[in-house]
Amino acid sequence: MGHSAPRIATIEGIAEEIAGLLGSMLVETVHHADELSFTVVREKLADAMLLLRDKAQYQQLMEVAGVDYPERPDRFEVCYHLLSVTRNHRIRVKLSTDEDTPVPTVTHIWPVAGWLEREVFDMYGVIFGGNTDLRRILTDYGFKGHPQRKDFPLTGYVELRYSEEDKRVVYEPVKLAQDFRSFDFMSPWEGAQYVLPGDEKAPPPAAPAPTPKTTDKPGVSGAGEPTDSAANKKSEDKA
Amino acid sequence: MSDYLEKLDHLTDAADPTLGDTEIQNYTINFGPQHPAAHGVLRLVMELDGEIVERCDPHVGLLHRGTEKLIEHKTYLQALPYFDRLDYCSPLGMEHSYVLAIEKLLDLEVPLRAQYLRVFFAELTRICNHMLNLGSHVMDVGAMTPNLWLFEIREDCLNFFERASGARMHSAYFRPGGVHQDVPLKLLTDIADWLDTRLPRLFEDAMSLVVDNRIFKQRNVDIAVVSKEDALKWGFSGPMIRGSGIPWDIRKAQPYDVYDRMDFDIPVGTNFDCYDRFMVRVEEVRQSARIMKQCLNEMPEGPIASFDRKVSPPKRGEMKRSMEALIHHFKLYTEGFHVPAGEVYVATESPKGEFGVYLVADGSNKPYRCKIRPTAFSHLQAMDFMMKGHMLADTTAVLGAMDIVFGECDR
Repeated sequence: MGHSAPRIATIEGIAEEIAGLLGSMLVETVHHADELSFTVVREKLADAMLLLRDKAQYQQLMEVAGVDYPERPDRFEVCYHLLSVTRNHRIRVKLSTDEDTPVPTVTHIWPVAGWLEREVFDMYGVIFGGNTDLRRILTDYGFKGHPQRKDFPLTGYVELRYSEEDKRVVYEPVKLAQDFRSFDFMSPWEGAQYVLPGDEKAPPPAAPAPTPKTTDKPGVSGAGEPTDSAANKKSEDKA
Repeated sequence: MSDYLEKLDHLTDAADPTLGDTEIQNYTINFGPQHPAAHGVLRLVMELDGEIVERCDPHVGLLHRGTEKLIEHKTYLQALPYFDRLDYCSPLGMEHSYVLAIEKLLDLEVPLRAQYLRVFFAELTRICNHMLNLGSHVMDVGAMTPNLWLFEIREDCLNFFERASGARMHSAYFRPGGVHQDVPLKLLTDIADWLDTRLPRLFEDAMSLVVDNRIFKQRNVDIAVVSKEDALKWGFSGPMIRGSGIPWDIRKAQPYDVYDRMDFDIPVGTNFDCYDRFMVRVEEVRQSARIMKQCLNEMPEGPIASFDRKVSPPKRGEMKRSMEALIHHFKLYTEGFHVPAGEVYVATESPKGEFGVYLVADGSNKPYRCKIRPTAFSHLQAMDFMMKGHMLADTTAVLGAMDIVFGECDR
């Protein structure tokens, strides 16, 4: 039977239909876990969205989500989740960008994109070209940085408190009464790459041999000559 | 007097003979952040022309707690209680999306009784949520008594949650693979009695005071009319899109758990105004009670959580006797379970609308990214166009009919 998450009927040939509709704007189609996601060319996003809304009946933009992959050259992925209420189907449209390259806005197609894009801008610093109201939305007035980026620390950089002397809220660098503890519960013998606490003096693990070490005969095993039988005798006089 | 006349003389001209007609600037006022009708911490910057709202700019984020960032640093199970704290008026609706997203990535089968229990408590959550919203809506437009009566029902609901999970509000009851604990039979019979007697009596009593009330209608009918096209464009969902006349309900269209076995109706609005949104919620309460009764009739006996020990922990009694169970228990509560790499967007019909979770897994024991799609975010954004041309006093009616909770909106 499988999982009991929302069951969305698959439409025969929907991937081919959308691929035909988008043509050269489409970069990649991924079908995973019963969900279709289409990666499109960044500059052509608005055209693709307009086609999807008007020709393929995806009337609603439900969500714009940013994801950060710092190891990629285009580190940010922006995912648009579309819903068709007439065909009862959902798709995801994706594109990737970096800190400086603007993504075309879709606010003229769906006004709801205004705040959704503002949130991605606030959280990741992705710029949306054409969005006339690209202010921060969730973070504080005057906040610096983009908190959802993977290189932004969980504790942040500043904290605020009410100062009795100044009679106002003041911002200060974060002071933690206790070090930030990040527990990693991965098994130490299953690929955890760190020094065990208290074991700092242990020599760093030797680099593994490039080829597995094999021994052809006992003489080259490094174990030395077998001990003589006298050494095996128990010392009875000291008992 | 003479200098006054002289001053007027310079102001008036032949083209505009009205005496003393000076240019009046629009008035900008600040609504909130602390306001009893704002349902939390909402700041509205409103530009008024007299008492007519010309522009309304909601400032949100005053309750932003970085939930999504925190979730990235927790294991899948540790992240679950954060969902209770999003929309703190309907905690189980939030958990539902999250556990379903994990189960979809794991392709994990949930026992039938657990699915029934989830639907049952999700609907109890819907009643609980609507009690708060309907009550505060009528209170915002001036009626006091129905709110107090509806809170009586809400109190009953919270007591039921406490008996099921141990917590009145932040239940953390739904778990990946099922629910945390089975419910005692007495609780189910008590809820059945409550559905038959107390709920209809209190609820219909309270509604009889409101639905045909002249003042209530004057404050809500024809306020903030949203057409079908606008509702689609602004990303409405839940009672808001149904209030705009579109029969869209994820429970029917894309059923999850055992909603496909349930028999219930979807109310839609005909006039697309605040009164319709209110009445849609009123009818939803009755339909929720209907679903709950069906759950009680059909709920089978059986396990309440998956037997996949790599995801769902063993019972405590079993843990005390079996070495294997002890190891599983230890591993699940320290390292947690690993979710295969992939990404899913799972949306359920929470009491306020479409609550979605976009979960990106990288194969480790922590979510790589967990984007929460709140309902209030899209609805509140439409505030500007819904308020345009309305009176200042309508703000509270429009806000009340949107059903906004800032824990969820700001995350």
